[in-house]
Amino acid sequence: MEQLKSAYGSGIRDAATYAEQNYLVVDRSICHEVLLSLYDSGFHSLTDLTAVHYPKDELPFEIVWILFSMPTNERVRVKARFADGEDVPTLTDRWVGADWLEREVYDMFGVRFAGHPDLRRILLPDEWVGFPLRKDYGLKQQDTVWVQKNLGIESGQ
Amino acid sequence: MSDNQFYESLPEVEPGHTFLDSKELVLNMGPQHPSTHGVLRVILKLDGEKVNGLECVIGYLHRGIEKIAESRTWAGFAPFVDRLDYTAAVSNNLGYCMAVEKLVGIEVPKRAQYLRVILTELCRLSSHQIWLGTHVLDIGAVTPLFYAFRDREEILNVFEKYCGARLTTHSFRIGGCRWDVYPAFIKDVLRICDDLLPKIDEYKDLITGNRIWMQRTKNVGCISADDCLAYAITGPVLRGSGVNWDVRKAKPYSSYEDFEFDIPLGVAGDTFDRYLVRIEEMRQSIRIIRQAVAGLPEGPIIARVPKVLKPPAGEVYMSVEAPKGELGYFLVSDGTAQPYRVRVRPPSFINLQALAKMAKGGLVADVVAIIGTLDIVLGEVDR
Repeated sequence: MEQLKSAYGSGIRDAATYAEQNYLVVDRSICHEVLLSLYDSGFHSLTDLTAVHYPKDELPFEIVWILFSMPTNERVRVKARFADGEDVPTLTDRWVGADWLEREVYDMFGVRFAGHPDLRRILLPDEWVGFPLRKDYGLKQQDTVWVQKNLGIESGQ
Repeated sequence: MSDNQFYESLPEVEPGHTFLDSKELVLNMGPQHPSTHGVLRVILKLDGEKVNGLECVIGYLHRGIEKIAESRTWAGFAPFVDRLDYTAAVSNNLGYCMAVEKLVGIEVPKRAQYLRVILTELCRLSSHQIWLGTHVLDIGAVTPLFYAFRDREEILNVFEKYCGARLTTHSFRIGGCRWDVYPAFIKDVLRICDDLLPKIDEYKDLITGNRIWMQRTKNVGCISADDCLAYAITGPVLRGSGVNWDVRKAKPYSSYEDFEFDIPLGVAGDTFDRYLVRIEEMRQSIRIIRQAVAGLPEGPIIARVPKVLKPPAGEVYMSVEAPKGELGYFLVSDGTAQPYRVRVRPPSFINLQALAKMAKGGLVADVVAIIGTLDIVLGEVDR
């Protein structure tokens, strides 16, 4: 943690502990470098990758990477904010397991990952319009055109 | 695309060139295929019997659980998590309740913690019995399925007596448990432990030395420890490859540090080793249950929790060792009575990703064995 702070300086916005869990808030420009250097210091498992949508903020998408280091039994959360439509660097070059996780974030939030080998929707149908986990997507909203065309019913509800 | 359009889109074949000459056959398996354990669709690229590659198509059971969470209260979302991995609803519930407790800062009474351990381990036994029965059935042995489901019934009966439900139990509440034990609970649980141990030996006698079983599982679906880490695989699949890691030991929760138990490990990382690991895990679960029953303390079963729960703004990640692997919940609170974001880290989804790697180069019949050994539940993969 301290090493990262001295290496990246102001790029590390915050490094703290909440409820006994360590997290790092980093600038989007260095997030890929920070993650790779964490990999080199033993965080070989990408436990989870997800996003949180804050529509009112200037940079609405917070991407959260949860890394785990087996030798030291440590977990760390790395977070970075991105603008709408901005590409997030992919981690598939280092962690093969990032493939489906990044596809899911794209599917649910519409956040694109630059350099991902096969960025398609994973849970929803390929032709679906809209990204359900964005805050402006209604709970009962659905792609009625798709539902009518493919399922032959008025709506799925 | 209609069938006619599909056939027209295929490349033209030279005269005299037959179907048998072609190097690659694309075969669609699922989503309605009995050995995919739900609605998993696998597109196989075959060269004769050999698997050149495959692609999983998932999402048929997607219900938008994470979206639903954002419109419920913290406590109101708890019954929904039972529907993720519906064969191990108790573990799902434990993970969610513990994550919220961590967010709010609630200390769960010791009696509730022990009670949670007893029920979660019973749930692990029943989940492993489903795995055993269906996995062995996929490979061609019919009898063990009936043995496993017969014995699982006993466990479900205890759940039913305890909370009224057999599968989607919702037995825990944020802060502890909703119900204390019923009068004969201890007797019933101990009877299950006593009865099940010889039955696990019986499963082993039926299956382990069987020649067909060995041929179908040894050196099938091998995955190395390094690959497991790269894919972030957890649970019995990881331990089958010889990595000694279990959330119950690595980051003990709900008083697991009070109990003595071993983590069974495999060596080769093949389907057979994963089978042995799970069988041994069942024995260890019985060991934990016996200790928890013997040491069950007296006292309250639920902490004081406000009626309307408003956790302070913040976020936590909390994980438990579910029967399938590390089940994590990442919760974000903005200080209101509703979750801002709930993310479920589903072990089945992440383990399934390795299917393509494990099946490549093997035979098409082995794909069925590998899906069985990964022990996936599509309710959790698709959420």
